[in-house]
Amino acid sequence: MLSRIGTVLAAGVALLLVFQLYVGGNALLAAAVAGGLGLAIFVYTARRGYTYRYLFPGLAGITLFVVLPLVYTVWIGFTNYSAKNLLTFERATEVLLGEVYLRDTVRYQFTLHADGAGFRLVLRTDEDEPSDGSGGSETGVNESGLPGAPATGSAGSAATGSATTGSAGPSIAGSAGAPPPPGPRPPTAFVSPILPLTGTAAQRVTVVPLAGSGFSPGEELPLKDVIAHRDAIKAITVAFPDGTAAAMATLREFTPYQALYLQNPDGTLTNQKTKERLTPSQTTGFYETAAGKLVEPGFRVAVGGDNYARVFTDAKFRGPFLRVFAWTVVFAGLSVLITATLGMMLAELLSWERLRFAGVYRVLLFLPYAVPGFISILVFKGLFNRNFGEINLILDALLGIRPDWTGDAILARIMILIVNTWLGYPYFMLMCMGLQKSIPHDLYEASALAGAGPLTNFFQITWPLIRKPLTPLLVASFAYNFNNFVLIFLLTKGKPDFLDTAAPAGETDVLVTYTYRTAFDEHSFGLAAAISTIIFVIVAILSVLNLRLTKTAASDSR
Amino acid sequence: MPIVASRSHRWRVVAAHGFLLVFLLFTLFPLLMVISISLRPGNFASGSLLPEHISWEHWKLALGMSYTDVDGKLVTPPFPVLRWLWNSVKVATVAASLMLLLSTTAAYAFARLRFRFKALTLNAILLLQMFPPVLTLIAFYAIFNMLGDHVSWLGIDSLASVMLAYLGLISLHIWTIKGYFETIPSEIEEAARVDGASAFQAFRRVLLPMAVPILAVVFILAFISNIIEYPIASILLVSVDQMTLAVGSNQYLYQQHYLWGDFAAAAVLSGLPITVVFLLAQRWMVSGLTAGGLKG
Repeated sequence: MLSRIGTVLAAGVALLLVFQLYVGGNALLAAAVAGGLGLAIFVYTARRGYTYRYLFPGLAGITLFVVLPLVYTVWIGFTNYSAKNLLTFERATEVLLGEVYLRDTVRYQFTLHADGAGFRLVLRTDEDEPSDGSGGSETGVNESGLPGAPATGSAGSAATGSATTGSAGPSIAGSAGAPPPPGPRPPTAFVSPILPLTGTAAQRVTVVPLAGSGFSPGEELPLKDVIAHRDAIKAITVAFPDGTAAAMATLREFTPYQALYLQNPDGTLTNQKTKERLTPSQTTGFYETAAGKLVEPGFRVAVGGDNYARVFTDAKFRGPFLRVFAWTVVFAGLSVLITATLGMMLAELLSWERLRFAGVYRVLLFLPYAVPGFISILVFKGLFNRNFGEINLILDALLGIRPDWTGDAILARIMILIVNTWLGYPYFMLMCMGLQKSIPHDLYEASALAGAGPLTNFFQITWPLIRKPLTPLLVASFAYNFNNFVLIFLLTKGKPDFLDTAAPAGETDVLVTYTYRTAFDEHSFGLAAAISTIIFVIVAILSVLNLRLTKTAASDSR
Repeated sequence: MPIVASRSHRWRVVAAHGFLLVFLLFTLFPLLMVISISLRPGNFASGSLLPEHISWEHWKLALGMSYTDVDGKLVTPPFPVLRWLWNSVKVATVAASLMLLLSTTAAYAFARLRFRFKALTLNAILLLQMFPPVLTLIAFYAIFNMLGDHVSWLGIDSLASVMLAYLGLISLHIWTIKGYFETIPSEIEEAARVDGASAFQAFRRVLLPMAVPILAVVFILAFISNIIEYPIASILLVSVDQMTLAVGSNQYLYQQHYLWGDFAAAAVLSGLPITVVFLLAQRWMVSGLTAGGLKG
């Protein structure tokens, strides 16, 4: 009964979560979460799912954080994702539509006025300045702030010769004999609402014509106040009643700007300045002009197997590929062999009862694993330095030689193997120590009674019993070293370089560093993802062969 | 175990000690170099093992204290190294515990229970881990960015996201524990079932106590790999206060000017939690738990 209530409650909570996600706009995510939670509830409540209750958390973790990134990366290999094609199509379109250009045709002079605790911006067009007589009296009318005075009335007076220069006094009266002007002139002075001007957050402010606003601008604030609030004013976008917008261009002017591109119904964009049409191309990943010029920003498109084909056909990649591959296999194989043997030997030695201070030895021998790898690798880089490194100093004192560890191919490879051994043996030592505890002690007692020595003990008792659990770890260690980017990159960066290839590759490069170097040159994630997938397939095939040969997956019970 | 020792026995013990000491000399030399670099004045990577002058400046910076240098200028610690240490310890402990939990239950299923596609799944999880991780980082960023939009404490720049990301690295641990489980005879659990234990009780009270050595080993390894892990943490942790030691120490290596001394001090600090955990876990790695479990 209780379990039924529990099931219903769990289902209820799950449904609520899924609904929230769905309403939030992400239908795909909601469906995925619904599937996952549904499976979880089934496994933990139904009797049939009993076995899977143990598996579920582990497999869920692996699916989410290994399989999902893997699939995503393989998918990237089929696109042209790179530094030039970084955005999605929608985002690239957004960016282009958001581009603006300043129209210099109309400029607005602006002045800052105090109003209570805040400020107001007053914008006037150039037309307000009396360049000829026709605009003069309107200036007079607006500046005096007479409400509602229609421009038509005063314009009549302007037609006469009473052209006032600048902000002359009101000249509404008189000159009734002038011909009426064509129609109401558009307002040419605007005022913003009260602005605090404290933050620099971008804001959009709608201005209204000064004439009808009820605000009478008094003394304008001196330039030093404008400078003091410059950052705040810079962040303001001023929107006019007719829809255009303007932004601060200089300390005295606002210039209107508008969108550079307008989207047409068929999806193309028209450049408002040059009237060029841009067509999006799903093959190149750019918007293109009619002449074929590519317009940034680019977007990601699927390119099918282009990246993969390139790896196999482009001579730049294919050339050093086999040589790098050969060294990678040798390096991984030797690393596993040496570290496993050393680790096992040390584990055997430390489990010997006659050895005193075994506990102290154990901790000290384990220390190389306790220091983060990249630190020790960099320290080793310094130690193997040809002229100043300690190792060469010691060798010089003892044997009189100073080997060129980084310049010579063979020596560089030996150096890499030495460092990798140092880094890797504690793992196997620890593993063998743990696995050895599973061997019942009476087997050793029996063999001691039979007069067997340590070697016999090892080869006839220890090794056959540890071999089964150890083999997958050996295979995994092989795969880890096959993909060991950090060691090679930090220690030698793959050098010494091959002298006869176009692509950057070196004697100590493994496939991953080789990938990184070539992809890094071109900043192409799609290409790098494709090469990574190919490497993965190679490693997987090698490992499957290994596992088959050792028949490890079949379990055996004693 | 009382047996008659042969005459060459003493020499063998001496030889063993000798070999171990020489080996330790080679092994510990780089570590001693790191310590000596951290005690040197200035930021130099090379020099003699025993520094002529000992300067605590790097350690003072690492432990969060300011010091006055030779010119009389006050140098304040540029990075919160102790905070990084604490972040690392938090992430490593929680992630390692969760990883142990997930791997143990999964390993039990693979070792003792029967279900379809067992061999296939087992091989699959081993093989899937072989994808070079350097490039799945973009995917990790995308996943946690999206997760952060819905669950704010799991997004980018949170320690919880790093803990969660490490949960995928359990396939090797599953194989290890499974291998160990298979060396323990299942008859003991069957005896417990006959006595009335449920399957889960047999697992918890019979099998797990016998597998304690390998669980300790797996916890240590998981803890260590979490502390030293760099790529995933560097993608997910952005602000300086949230970084772990591995990501943070890299901040000391500016392109043109490697601050070796400070870096070395941070390196030694990062070795401390690992050594402590290793020492604590020693007492779990005792032998003989399965000895005598089965007659003959």
